[in-house]
Amino acid sequence: MGIIRASKLGFDYYKYDDDGNVEQASRAVDDVNLDIQAGQFIAVLGHNGSGKSTLAKHINALLVPTEGTLWMDQMDTAAADNLWKIRQEAGMVFQNPDNQIIGSVVEEDVGFGPENIGVPTDEIWRRVDASLKAVDMVAYRQHSPNKLSGGQKQRVAIAGVMAMKPKCIVLDEPTAMLDPSGRKEVLKAVRELNKKEGVTVILITHYMEEVVFADHVFVMDSGHIVLEGTPREIFSQVDILKQYGLDVPQVTLLAYELKKSGVELPDGILTIEELVDALCRLS
Amino acid sequence: MIRDITLGQYYPANSVLHRLDPRVKFVGTLLFIISVFVFNTFPGYGVATIFLVAMIGISKVPVKFMFKGLKAIFIILLITVIFNMILTPGEVLWRLGFLKVTREGLIMAGKMTIRLTYLVIGSSIMTLTTTPNQLTDGLESLMGPLKKIKVPVHEISMMMSIALRFIPILLEETDKIMKAQIARGADFESGNLIQKAKSMVPLLVPLFISAFRRANDLAMAMEARCYNGGEGRTQMKPLKYHSRDYIAYLFVFLYLGVSIIFRIVGI
Amino acid sequence: MSIKLEHVYYTYSPGTAYEIHALEDINLTIPDNQFIGMIGHTGSGKSTLIQHFNGLIRPTQGKILYNGEDIWGEKYNLKKLRSEVGLVFQYPEHQLFEIDVLTDVCFGPKNQGLSQEEAEVEARKALEQVGIPEKLYKKSPFELSGGQKKRVAIAGVLAMNPKILILDEPTAGLDPKGRDEILDEIANLHKMRGISIILVSHSMEDIAKYVERIIVMDKGKVAFDDKPKQVFSHYKELEKMGLAAPQITYVMHALKDRGMDVDVTATTVEEAKNSILKALGVSVPKNEQKNLTDDN
Repeated sequence: MGIIRASKLGFDYYKYDDDGNVEQASRAVDDVNLDIQAGQFIAVLGHNGSGKSTLAKHINALLVPTEGTLWMDQMDTAAADNLWKIRQEAGMVFQNPDNQIIGSVVEEDVGFGPENIGVPTDEIWRRVDASLKAVDMVAYRQHSPNKLSGGQKQRVAIAGVMAMKPKCIVLDEPTAMLDPSGRKEVLKAVRELNKKEGVTVILITHYMEEVVFADHVFVMDSGHIVLEGTPREIFSQVDILKQYGLDVPQVTLLAYELKKSGVELPDGILTIEELVDALCRLS
Repeated sequence: MIRDITLGQYYPANSVLHRLDPRVKFVGTLLFIISVFVFNTFPGYGVATIFLVAMIGISKVPVKFMFKGLKAIFIILLITVIFNMILTPGEVLWRLGFLKVTREGLIMAGKMTIRLTYLVIGSSIMTLTTTPNQLTDGLESLMGPLKKIKVPVHEISMMMSIALRFIPILLEETDKIMKAQIARGADFESGNLIQKAKSMVPLLVPLFISAFRRANDLAMAMEARCYNGGEGRTQMKPLKYHSRDYIAYLFVFLYLGVSIIFRIVGI
Repeated sequence: MSIKLEHVYYTYSPGTAYEIHALEDINLTIPDNQFIGMIGHTGSGKSTLIQHFNGLIRPTQGKILYNGEDIWGEKYNLKKLRSEVGLVFQYPEHQLFEIDVLTDVCFGPKNQGLSQEEAEVEARKALEQVGIPEKLYKKSPFELSGGQKKRVAIAGVLAMNPKILILDEPTAGLDPKGRDEILDEIANLHKMRGISIILVSHSMEDIAKYVERIIVMDKGKVAFDDKPKQVFSHYKELEKMGLAAPQITYVMHALKDRGMDVDVTATTVEEAKNSILKALGVSVPKNEQKNLTDDN
């Protein structure tokens, strides 16, 4: 059984009028079924407003389903007793790096989570040291977060989650506000956590380049999961992706176009090397 | 530029004062301020001066930083001096119309000047040698007993530290919003008071909206990291007294004792 | 109509320990009716530079001339300059404040001294050109989606009828579809209004398709200033600056290195495809050539 499972998960956002009556309900997530195995690197794709962030917030019980059920590590997220245990096991990193760092010093921010769950002082220090090391931010431990670059801030946020020893980490568009080098930094840190620490990663993004390394990809559109599979399977469906307001890396697009013009290439080419090798074999 | 304003006036240096527990510095400053009001004679102020100069020396903070705080209270100081001079009854030294300056008035004005100046310099020494974080921690710990009468001590200190973190961010944002509106032809400088107040709307609306959005995001991020109020929390950097802190406590209490003896004996 | 920068230097907090040389010896001319891309990673000085163009920042050294006049000369009307050189910052949230979209866009023209009616005419024209439908005019700008907010922010500056429009990362935070739509609209503005546009971006791939000139900023200096193809031919140097040429450039160079006879200056998928097909000896029917790939 998977670490994250969802069955017929649905969620409505309600808009209330001045008297507190429901004026309008809008379906953000609809009939989502998931079964994610521990240790996997999962990517969730979708355009803005496709429901992917709403789904993410269910994993650590920031939102609870209005329909269906979600289990994090066999715990029903709707049950109040499980709340803090679930949030400790499923850490979350958000989009805006400034709005999720609480401490005025890097190391104190990383220690914030462990403080909240009552970890003894010595153990907090050990965890802070290890987490900062894991995201390669030890040199900045005494710095003020305000002086860091966007990529560094996000790495601090990731360290803050890691210090709580989670089983799973959900990243909700962590690179949307970063420049290309910041994006690379963050992605590298996330991939390493997945590989070295075995943490289950749920990466929500609309940058296709970041999906290439995932074990499994979900594509969301208007609250539904509309496509799923390995990156290769997903990227071989260029036309369908475009229909959902997404695009594919330039190499994949080029390979796809060449194939359409009659060049015999394999499906779903993801990297520059793959395309170059395949083409050279032909000529 | 707006972002040059640094908040809190911490001056990093490696001195004994910097290393002292923030609670000691807080209590010490309080006792020093009390002593300045307990001392009532010029020999007494001499003792206070020696104490203050010694502290400035130990702190390793350049003297000019100490006097920066005085600029802010200059007007208050001036008013106090003038009122004391002309309103204290006694032996008239000098008279202009209905205004008269008395000998007692001059002495009173002198004392008030010394007291206010020392008060400001004394607190400056504390803020210059203590990081804002340590200050909040110190305050939280000192106010601890107030929890018994349902004062939300932990929440107050959490709010203070979050404010400290976000003030520079919001200042920078103010700068950006101003520029964006200036680029649209907004004018924040000319006009009378009412026009000026009106011209602030394009700055304040985006600033407030942004502040609320940030507060919202932050609340969610804190919840996601299991923040659940002060109950059951441990501390990464719990405050702990060292022997130097006890010595410092002894020293400031002795100093206060001296001031009380001076007052009783009447020197 | 042109902006000319002569030996412009800018230093943050000069004379202190925090001194930073943000710009060093910048010489640039922005002529009429040109579509320019400006690229550089965070901290390369590009944000500081664009704020010099409309007099938001005063250079520590050097001259900025608009139509030959020194904008920091005595009695120069900076307010007039700012309406001719429009600057849209990265976050629309920093400028939207009015109760509805139309009123917000009127803010700029009204600051220029136009009457309510005149301002509304300009505002409607600008909103239409950025693709905001009339039914949104009376909506609060805060209820719009990210892409719509961005458009309204652009319209807010466009309504002032600038001769030069500078856009700081207009695609930040948008999804691929939103990004393509807004870039297409900006390209349209350039055509419709015949104004110069400076598009600041991190992404080479985004701008390669649109612009006729690329200015690359690195460490406060202009590293390259040329046609896109010429700039991308320096792809190895670009990489050292923390930037990257479009993926296509790498593919074409790799193919060439492996002995395939392809055009290394291809920068779009379309160009690359045609060049590879030619090298492979596959013929493309003429009618197909047109409607492939570049429909995004």
